[in-house]
Amino acid sequence: MSDILKRSISEHATALAKKEYSSVDLTGVFLERIERENSEINAYITVARESALASARESDERRACGEARGALDGIPYAAKDNIAVRGLRLSCASRMLENYVSPYDASVISSLRDAGAVLLGKTNLDEFAMGTGTESSHFGRAKNPLDTDRVSGGSSGGSAAAVAADLCSFALGSDTGGSVRQPAAFCGIIGLRPTYSALSRMGLVGFAPSLDTIGIISRTVGDCATVFRATAKRDPLDSTSAHFPTESLNGALPADIRGKRIALIREVMELDISEGQRIAHSRAADALRELGAEVIEVSVPSLRASYATYYAISSAEASSNLARFDGVRYGMRADDTESLEEMYVKSRSLGFGDEVKRRMMFGALILSGDYKKDIYENALRTRARINAELAEAFSVADLLMLPTSSGYAYRAGEFKDGLFDAHAKDDLLCTLSSLSGLPSISLPCSTVRKLPLGIQLIGRAFEEKTLFDVAAHLQCALN
Amino acid sequence: MKNYEMTVGLEVHAELSTKTKIFCSCPTEFGAPPNSQICPICMGLPGTLPVLNRRAVEFAIKAGLATNCKIAHRAGIDRKNYFYPDLPKGYQISQYARPICYDGYIEFDGESGRERVELERIHIEEDAGKLIHDGTERTLVDFNRCGRPLIEIVSRPQIYSSESARAYLKKLRTLLLAVGVSDCKMNEGSLRCDVNISVRRAGEEKLGERTEIKNLNSFAFVAKAIENEFSRQCEMLERGERIVRQTLRFNASSGKCEVMRSKESATDYRYFPEPDLADILIDDADIERIRDGIPMLPDQRRERYIKDLALADADAAILSSDLALSDYFDRAASVTEHKRTVANMLISEGLRLSGGEDFFCQIAPEKFGMLCDMFGEDRINSSSAKKLLARMWSDPELDPEATAESESLWQINDRDRLLGLALSAIEQNPKAVEDYRRGKSFALKSIIGKAMGASGGRANPKILEEIILEKIK
Repeated sequence: MSDILKRSISEHATALAKKEYSSVDLTGVFLERIERENSEINAYITVARESALASARESDERRACGEARGALDGIPYAAKDNIAVRGLRLSCASRMLENYVSPYDASVISSLRDAGAVLLGKTNLDEFAMGTGTESSHFGRAKNPLDTDRVSGGSSGGSAAAVAADLCSFALGSDTGGSVRQPAAFCGIIGLRPTYSALSRMGLVGFAPSLDTIGIISRTVGDCATVFRATAKRDPLDSTSAHFPTESLNGALPADIRGKRIALIREVMELDISEGQRIAHSRAADALRELGAEVIEVSVPSLRASYATYYAISSAEASSNLARFDGVRYGMRADDTESLEEMYVKSRSLGFGDEVKRRMMFGALILSGDYKKDIYENALRTRARINAELAEAFSVADLLMLPTSSGYAYRAGEFKDGLFDAHAKDDLLCTLSSLSGLPSISLPCSTVRKLPLGIQLIGRAFEEKTLFDVAAHLQCALN
Repeated sequence: MKNYEMTVGLEVHAELSTKTKIFCSCPTEFGAPPNSQICPICMGLPGTLPVLNRRAVEFAIKAGLATNCKIAHRAGIDRKNYFYPDLPKGYQISQYARPICYDGYIEFDGESGRERVELERIHIEEDAGKLIHDGTERTLVDFNRCGRPLIEIVSRPQIYSSESARAYLKKLRTLLLAVGVSDCKMNEGSLRCDVNISVRRAGEEKLGERTEIKNLNSFAFVAKAIENEFSRQCEMLERGERIVRQTLRFNASSGKCEVMRSKESATDYRYFPEPDLADILIDDADIERIRDGIPMLPDQRRERYIKDLALADADAAILSSDLALSDYFDRAASVTEHKRTVANMLISEGLRLSGGEDFFCQIAPEKFGMLCDMFGEDRINSSSAKKLLARMWSDPELDPEATAESESLWQINDRDRLLGLALSAIEQNPKAVEDYRRGKSFALKSIIGKAMGASGGRANPKILEEIILEKIK
């Protein structure tokens, strides 16, 4: 029965409707596989066996009464462990929150619960979502199922590994600077970073709120669209969330993409990108032309500044967002301290790992004194300039296309002692849509030595449908 | 100290009386058991987000309109970062560069007569929790107050005496109460004041280095702290010492200011725009709608009392300075022609009987008006009126007419009865009559007093005096 684990959501939905198997059956098979494989892959931090089976039973009962709720009813999924689920640990892969249990559900979790989806557990990540290889997790690294010596990407490496290793049907991740798209690319699956504000952030432990989005990792573009449709909605609990015109998602997928103008970015071509990725990129361009799209070229002159801009803004916001972890009310608290100051310092020193500390210190620094004007405020101005350049690009293009990363998954430990420069190149490719809030999707494009390479499409705000259409055609054409 | 002058600026925090907190829907009532008014949002639990209470914005705009401020069409929200156990997120959501209200002013009767102090800004922010030291080694935190909405009203340094500082605060409090945005109870901490004070030699242009006295919670403490800090700085300057910028705390029991921290350790709050909240957009229609809901303010009331009711300026000032008093006056005066009597009775008797900071009276204003009618129409005299009022004060259910009847308080206006009273008083006090005739005019008072006493205090004093004078001339 384990072959059913590779099925798409719509295939499961059909099978469940036909009573070919029940949600309890399906959930059981996933749980079994998790039990067998997770100790090696380390995709999950927490497996919610009992509550998953209970949800599956409820789904089966609904179905038996003819009250099934739609495509996601009974479908098992996983959520990154920086998304709050009532009664489950919310560790953010940090020692700081090693034993912290959330008393409430994130809004996306509620939406999926309402849709009948079955939560299998919480997936591994880089500590507080800061990293590119899920190596900074307090619970050990998540491995790439395609080559366990390699990273699964990050920071949503656990979610990507879980989908790629058939340990769930789809997974939620979070994307601040590429954390959904890059692991999806490294694991050869689909990763969507939606339009900023389309999915509520309520319940996502903030890293950099002006950049954070919850994202979707799935096997197929169709699955991604199904999950997106169930979760995109205005949430009164998130002031930055917006109404998403879900009616725009109606209609057949994929719709005809003939005549769509898809732009390659001149400055991306000038970057130091691996030969394999370069070939993959042009393969994708060729495929698009064959599908009847028009491939053009645009310029985003500030591309090279996007990584520094992203790093400054995200670190500044993180320094503030993570200040709440002080040992006073919950989480890690150091013992035997003499003063308040000492308690703060020791608790935070022990609770946070190096990468998190590095970013918080940098962030606090650039919000202080003269650095604020020189670095932080300069970054805000650059962000505005990049957005203006992208707006210009979208005046002639319907979509932008660029590689998701400069190469395939790197070896674990390869960048261990490297500072942020090591990842700058990769993050550079992902930060354009992060800084602008525009939706982007990564899909597998080709493989080099059995390792996948991803291509990324960036669309206009709230035009996820176009992304899905083009990505679905492209996925078909490239396979 | 005569050679020096002080310059004071005040930062006042007022807790807004919205039903719910500024970023979540927890209740805000005072005095609930510790940590009973909290939720994941105001506790800043991982993943939670703030949602701005529009009411708090509306209240801030009201406060701004009452203090002649300009209202921003687009205001920003910022984070103020610092660590403290009563601050669950490690930052306070506040406003830095773009407050809701700016460039206002308040006029009040200060030490040097009518004064005007400009306001730099009014902004909204969230309150912090409260540390409780229970006498043991540990410290507890009550987060009920955490996330209650505050406005901070920042004056320019344009106050030059402790008396004016006090008058400014009183006026500000009256204005906030008038527009109904805060209950301004200093003893419950819903009005708190920080004082910035600097001292310079008289006649000097440049301001001296300033110190800040934090968290004063009574008008008296504000005045005391200012006086105390003024003399400390004067003495230092006199000794040739330099004032250093410091944050002080007023110790109520010693009456002195103590150093909390010096400038060297001043925190950099690392303000930056709050990414979890959008800018606050306010259009002219919002402002006009809010302006329409603002009742008559103290200065307008005072003017009306003088112009329309011909009250004395001093009386009008007293009545308008206390809203409860002013409202009560308006209601009582609306049922009687004898409006000045209402004003006099309230000011001379009502305020004394009420006591306390704000006027409070349980007698229905209509009954109060009725009482003033009885006096104004000469049906009771002033001593009966006072007596009746005191009786009604302790038993607000009493009807003035019925009580006057049952306690025989009606004034004796009958000339024959008064003549009888006068004649017997004259007869029984020959010495006083003699004294009066010898030119000791005060003796008249004693004769009137005797006759009044014999009437049980009910004689019409004017007619009585007339008759007695006539008889003893």
